[in-house]
Amino acid sequence: MLYREAGDFKTSYRDDSQTFPLKLDRMGYWVTLAVAFGVIPFVITDYWANAVLVPFLIYAIAALGLNILVGYGGQVSLGTGGFMAVGAYATYKLSTAFPEISLLIHILLAGGITAAVGVFFGLPSLRIKGFYLAVATLAAQFFLVWLFNKVPWFYNYSASGQITAPERTFMGYVISGPATSASAKYLVCLVFAVGLAWVARNLTRGTAGRKWMAIRDMDIAAEIIGVNPLTAKMSAFAVSSFFIGVAGALLFSIYLGAAEASETFGINKSFLVLFMVIIGGLGSIFGSFAGAAFLVVLPVFLKNVLVGALGWPTDLAAHLELMIVGALIVFFLIVEPHGLAQLWRLTKEKLRLWPFPH
Amino acid sequence: MKLRFAAAVAAAMLAAAPALADLTVPNLSYRTGPYGANGNQYADGFNDYFTLLNERDGGIGGQKVLTPECETAYNTEKGVECYESTKGSGALVYNPFSTGITYQLIPKVSADGIPMLTPGYGRTSAKDGSVFQWVFNPPANYWDGASVIVKHLLDVNNGDLKGKTIALVYHNSAFGKEPIRTLEELSKKHGFTLTQIPVDPPGQEQKSQWLQIRREKPDHVILYGWGVMNQAAIQEAANVRYPMENLIGIWWAGGEVDVEPAGAAANGYKSVTFNGVGMDYPFYDELKTHVLDTGKASGGGAHVGKAMYSRGMYAALVIAEGIKKAQELAGTAEITPAQMRDGLEALEITEARMAELGLPGFGQPIQLSCQNHGGTGMGMIQQWDASAKQWKLITDFIQPDEEVLAPLIQADAQAFAAENAIQPRCN
Repeated sequence: MLYREAGDFKTSYRDDSQTFPLKLDRMGYWVTLAVAFGVIPFVITDYWANAVLVPFLIYAIAALGLNILVGYGGQVSLGTGGFMAVGAYATYKLSTAFPEISLLIHILLAGGITAAVGVFFGLPSLRIKGFYLAVATLAAQFFLVWLFNKVPWFYNYSASGQITAPERTFMGYVISGPATSASAKYLVCLVFAVGLAWVARNLTRGTAGRKWMAIRDMDIAAEIIGVNPLTAKMSAFAVSSFFIGVAGALLFSIYLGAAEASETFGINKSFLVLFMVIIGGLGSIFGSFAGAAFLVVLPVFLKNVLVGALGWPTDLAAHLELMIVGALIVFFLIVEPHGLAQLWRLTKEKLRLWPFPH
Repeated sequence: MKLRFAAAVAAAMLAAAPALADLTVPNLSYRTGPYGANGNQYADGFNDYFTLLNERDGGIGGQKVLTPECETAYNTEKGVECYESTKGSGALVYNPFSTGITYQLIPKVSADGIPMLTPGYGRTSAKDGSVFQWVFNPPANYWDGASVIVKHLLDVNNGDLKGKTIALVYHNSAFGKEPIRTLEELSKKHGFTLTQIPVDPPGQEQKSQWLQIRREKPDHVILYGWGVMNQAAIQEAANVRYPMENLIGIWWAGGEVDVEPAGAAANGYKSVTFNGVGMDYPFYDELKTHVLDTGKASGGGAHVGKAMYSRGMYAALVIAEGIKKAQELAGTAEITPAQMRDGLEALEITEARMAELGLPGFGQPIQLSCQNHGGTGMGMIQQWDASAKQWKLITDFIQPDEEVLAPLIQADAQAFAAENAIQPRCN
């Protein structure tokens, strides 16, 4: 009875097309933001930040980026890990070359560099699609990781080939390096995640998003009605890579503090983010967050239950964890092929009708 | 639904926090994935040594030692999660058993004030205690290993390596790249040519690398591999008929799991080691009485006496001696991580002490100081006897070439100090 359109009068087109048409949803959104910004930073511990919330927010950004490309643009990409590496190495090079400029600006610039690289590797999408495009982006993945391993300039000639995030501050607070407090890490990632989600939502419901979806649904028809496939596909690659680059930059500079191209940004990372998008729901902003939460929080949760609460051996727990997560992925895809976002959508539809379904 | 899930997560995490008592030495292990076969043995050796102390002596100084395990799968992100989840439980010292994770943790442990021990792996220049206050890497490091290998090759070639070619087949990661700098210096000094052949992790596929070796026929091949990469390398070496006695691995490429898959073809393969091999030590009788026979052995005692098991046990031994020293210095049995650090810095394990522990000649004497966090770094060469399925020691402890290593370590430590604005101590 609470979850109703009734009584929530829309008097302008602006109101009519808002993101959350229901009052309860709007309230939920503001409460979530208020808790995320106003409560969690004060109670967060190192463990919650480093094991749960910071990786969740970073992967949510990466999933948002990939969702723009795969879910909205209809272009398959297996190069996510490589593009995240571009973001990470770009931040590293920028922040060591220009230490006086704020790291936050470097992270955004790193996103821009990744966007350029993404557009370059997206060029084949004009000629090929589907599996063939997947293979072309897979080449990007392997090429980029190889490049960052091979050319010592990218890791400033360090003996180990690792890149290490230098300590940087923002308004007097340390935001990168080992001395960073849990709440600083969390807040930086949260600001980026919320900001980019807002951008993504508004891009996807505007002209750009409609063009992407037109190309996704049928590229020839889209071309006939006047969508330029070159700009539509390239902008999808650019925006998607920008998001992924920012995620890679945050993963390296805020979360891990040190990274190695082949280990941190390997093909596994590409698959992980792709799974997040598929499980969360293609073409959904909420789905990107849900998918990231599912694949980041669930393993940690299972590990704590199996090892911490039940006291099982760690290797058994690690194997079971893989099996349970794998089984759940298969289960979700069979029961709801459109992902967690569709489940959420159905729940909302049912709630609106409840208790009178007919 | 989301709320209930969040509540369940919170409950599980609360339940996961162990009690604050005893001496906690987290065991960041990996028993799964491409490095699991090696990691399994190491983790068992590590656990069993502390189980023995708890069972036989009631712990160290009357305090039981807990070794809560956390599976890292040799993955740095999981390693960081393990570190964060265990550091709140009063962890005294970390032994992350992965060079990648070590690099992640060096800044973190320095900020949190928890010592880290990386025996035979990690960042070589951590030997310079004046810069790396919280990190220790006795008894030997990767550069020591490379130098000991080259010294052995000098012995084999009658003291002259001029004009010879040596290929380095390495795990393309922080671990595998470590020895390159040293080997480059040594190649200048001894006049051999160094070829670098990277293998991308995890390294099951090495056909092209070994075809290159077959084509170029280097006089010796040095293998810096880990996990499944070692098995593949030794198998491929056998496939291209590379003479096994010219193939020599670092200690992490010197376990039974690495050579056994190649069967008789692996006969004669050599590796460097910083600890004794086999079970011919009185220590194992004690272990049998107190741990194996009582059914308390980690992993069911399947790997006791294996090379990786011995290294895990040795790491635990160094930590246990460090705890003992720390308790002496602090005058209390319930030590803090900072006191543990002082204990490690004052660590002294003499040959007599090793004999007392039932392991005479198993390890080299270790004497650490504020300057020296790495010990002397000696290594022995072991050779695989495929028919007896045993490692045999073929040399005594070999001293690494300090003349080459010391300036390199100092330069790398200085670079780290400059990058991180660290004021060297110990003056």
